[in-house]
Amino acid sequence: MLLEISHPAELYHLTNWLDTILQENLPEWGALLVKFVLIGVALLSAYAVIALLLIYGERKITAFFQCRYGPNRVGKWGIIQSVADMIKILIKEIIYIDNVDKFLFYAAPFFVIVASMLTFGAIPFGRGLQAVDFDNGIFYVLAVSSISIIGVLLAGWASNNKYSMIGAMRSGAQFVSYELSAALALMTVVVLSGTMNLSTIVAQQEYVYNWNIVRGHIPAIIAFVLYLISGHAETNRGPFDLPEAESELTAGYHTEYSGLQFGFFYLAEYLNMFIIASIATTVFLGGWQPIQIGVEGFDQIMNYIPSFVWFFGKAFFLVFLSLWVRWTFPRLRIDQLLNLEWKYMLPINMVNLVVMVIVVVYGFYIK
Amino acid sequence: MEESLFLVVLITGLVLVCAGLGMALLLSPKSFNAQKGQAYECGIPTHGTSWMQFRVGYYLYAILYLMFDVEAVFLFPWATVVRSLGAAGLVSILFFLLILGFGLAYAWKKGALEWK
Repeated sequence: MLLEISHPAELYHLTNWLDTILQENLPEWGALLVKFVLIGVALLSAYAVIALLLIYGERKITAFFQCRYGPNRVGKWGIIQSVADMIKILIKEIIYIDNVDKFLFYAAPFFVIVASMLTFGAIPFGRGLQAVDFDNGIFYVLAVSSISIIGVLLAGWASNNKYSMIGAMRSGAQFVSYELSAALALMTVVVLSGTMNLSTIVAQQEYVYNWNIVRGHIPAIIAFVLYLISGHAETNRGPFDLPEAESELTAGYHTEYSGLQFGFFYLAEYLNMFIIASIATTVFLGGWQPIQIGVEGFDQIMNYIPSFVWFFGKAFFLVFLSLWVRWTFPRLRIDQLLNLEWKYMLPINMVNLVVMVIVVVYGFYIK
Repeated sequence: MEESLFLVVLITGLVLVCAGLGMALLLSPKSFNAQKGQAYECGIPTHGTSWMQFRVGYYLYAILYLMFDVEAVFLFPWATVVRSLGAAGLVSILFFLLILGFGLAYAWKKGALEWK
């Protein structure tokens, strides 16, 4: 069974096999329970492994951008550096601050992590590798990913520290502003594909000329660029890192957090970067679909590469783009940041949406 | 099925934070020092609380955001079906978009988008 001709080495063979075994040997509720636990464990380990990879990758790529070596002592090429960092952050003391709002202070990391985990669960990683597949998937993703800003605002407010407060306020203004552009850019694709279900959106993009970015040509490319910019701004990185501008605000909203509590904010930041890249991949670049051009033999060869490899390849390429931007442009001022959104990106987005509707209604898109 | 999976993912997130914090509390050292609990404001003693009135500029953007976000909620169902509605769908939503555009233009002209 594992040597099926069209799609060998796909993880859904494994999950189907597990499914049959569980169905045969356990009562229905038991099988369901075991499956739920397995899904939870798989999500947790994917979450942790991707975060470790991203942190290592970012440090290494950043180092190359700046003509340094980056981590190169722990293991060959410093490969287990981020594992060592994780262990170190686990055994750091969690310091109790006197004047914080205790309940909100400890609640804040929950919001940030749960929001990114809920979004993470909705991403189709490969053929049959998607935990939650709602019919209104895009709407769901936008809704749950914006919970994280509540965590950031709570962290800044509860810390009773001026740096945290300013950082949280900047972060809030920035996040809500760019959330609009992200929503409108995704809406442009919803108009093109006629559905909000993420797995259907991926299934529609079977060949390269069906990828939404190619199918919707000009408006889709504009939406893609706008989504990348706003996603980049939402994750508080690169030229948009005002909320935690080190030279002005020490560490922004998580100044007072220590040990693993800080680690959670750090983890969520990296995962959000990956989530933005993977939603852009899913919605614009064909998700886990391999590069297929409609030629029999070529498509067959491309299909031998498992779908999750394609997905991670595309997503990490977008993460690389975001790193590239981060280390190329200087930091914006807050008025420039808000002007960019409200005076340029939002009007462009609204016009772009209308253009896309015209393209779709009069059939100018590539069929 | 999707709803229970949603709960599974939610619980996974909560478990990640709880287990992590529990493990950190078990592994990490604990020491007490009266100065450790003070707010970190670069070594200078803290002056007053930071729970105070904050500049109104941020709230202006929040209100503008609310307007456009509610609009996005209305537009998503329309965006899903506009393909089958055809030109009629475009024309009927254009009024809505135009009013929003005027709203943005008004806020712009009134100087709500200037950072003062």
